[in-house]
Amino acid sequence: MNAREGGAGRPGVEAAPKGRKAPLAFAPALTVAASLAGFLALWAFAAAAWPSRALPPPLAVWSVFVKELMSGELPWHLGITLARVAAAFVLAMLIGTVIGILLGMSRRANAFFDPWVVLFLNIPALVIIVLAYVWFGLNEAAAIGAVAVNKIPNVVVTMREGARALDQRYADMAFVYRFSALDRIRHVLMPQLQPYLAAAARSGLAIIWKIVLVVELLGRSNGVGFQIYLHFQMFEVAAILAYTMAFVAVMLVIEIALVQPFERHATRWRGRAA
Amino acid sequence: MQRVGAAAPLEVNIAEKTFRSAEGVSIVALRNLSFEVARGEFVCLFGPSGCGKTTTLRILLGLDRDFTGSFSMPEGGSARVAAVFQEPVLLPWRTVEQNVRLALPKNLRDADLTPLFERLGLSAMRMLYPGELSLGLARRAALARAFATEPAILFLDEPFVSIDERTAQGLRHLLLSVWSARPTTALMVTHNLREALMLADRIIVLSPRPGRVVGIFAVGLPRTERTPAALDRLSRSFLEQFTTVE
Repeated sequence: MNAREGGAGRPGVEAAPKGRKAPLAFAPALTVAASLAGFLALWAFAAAAWPSRALPPPLAVWSVFVKELMSGELPWHLGITLARVAAAFVLAMLIGTVIGILLGMSRRANAFFDPWVVLFLNIPALVIIVLAYVWFGLNEAAAIGAVAVNKIPNVVVTMREGARALDQRYADMAFVYRFSALDRIRHVLMPQLQPYLAAAARSGLAIIWKIVLVVELLGRSNGVGFQIYLHFQMFEVAAILAYTMAFVAVMLVIEIALVQPFERHATRWRGRAA
Repeated sequence: MQRVGAAAPLEVNIAEKTFRSAEGVSIVALRNLSFEVARGEFVCLFGPSGCGKTTTLRILLGLDRDFTGSFSMPEGGSARVAAVFQEPVLLPWRTVEQNVRLALPKNLRDADLTPLFERLGLSAMRMLYPGELSLGLARRAALARAFATEPAILFLDEPFVSIDERTAQGLRHLLLSVWSARPTTALMVTHNLREALMLADRIIVLSPRPGRVVGIFAVGLPRTERTPAALDRLSRSFLEQFTTVE
């Protein structure tokens, strides 16, 4: 009991932390590079040991990649797929977040709609895609809508947890000091939901781009998914791998250049805590 | 200190406040609780734990509307209400200064807060996040937020619990210092008798649950003369008057 009082609450003015994060970003980057080089070496070894059209060596994939890049085919299809990923992502996050927060805040609404969430969570992506094409035709809206519908239940579940974890004390404080609705959302609600948003966005991006490829394969005449299907029919594994690698690389860059800096900005108040 | 007449006081008449538990058991927290706080007056609500002090504040803050009875807030000036809660309740993702400014109405958002921060010894802390403050400093920031809004009435809910006595005493002096700089009608909940005797003009004594007013103790001594010895005398005469209350 006494130990707890031992000056912990004393107004230590000098306690402001000076030393922020030490900038040693060098070692991790080196590890990643070594890890990727190891993977390539293993691949090259396997392709040399068992030569086959089914497993082209990294260099063959690279040359196909360069050819497709130069012809403009790859950037065009990649761009289209990325646009679909972005549209479906924004749609799923917006709708899923709103529904999730509403369900998290209202016990009654949740009791009623929870079976719906479970139902949609368990419908296979393929079924939703096929039904979307059957009901709405082989068009862009059906494609993007089908991808979004696949992702929305996941976002709902994550954001519902977030809304349940909201701290009532902050809401009371905002009420007493008469925060405007906008201030409440911006300064009270969103910062509390930020970790859940980040989690939903992370897993969302990963799921969505995989589903987009299926949607393209089934009912579109462009995009990475369509190209892979085309090369599959001609058994051109090198081209399939070239498209896959390009797409994975782009998603990695998005993760490193967009998602992570945003998260660091949103959680800056945490990193500096004394 | 300055008592600006008895005009437009805080008037409280709570007939009954009942809590119902999930099992359907109901507990009467308050019954026939009525009192007044004059404008510019500093009043303490004093009573044993669980007598409904915090419940009363939550009703007055508008956070709990499930009760019978009525109350009227002081009029005139800004019709705003400010509160200092048991915990600081600062937004951890906003700096100290942002926390204070966010509580201000639109027309005061750009107000000069330097004098207030200086008086509370927070000048160097304006750009820090609450997680970087000690609990004592966080409470000062909560006081700054409350006073910055220039409220018509200030509610304090045991703002100095769970910190060591030395820090708490320092904060009480700071509270008096800001309060005398901008006299504000204030109602503070506490179960610490010496704290009440040191800060208040009057002490409203509540009974154990269901809470109602047992009596009123007017301190009647200028705050500058409330030395430790004087507080000892005051608490003796208080205890003679209210033997039943812990």
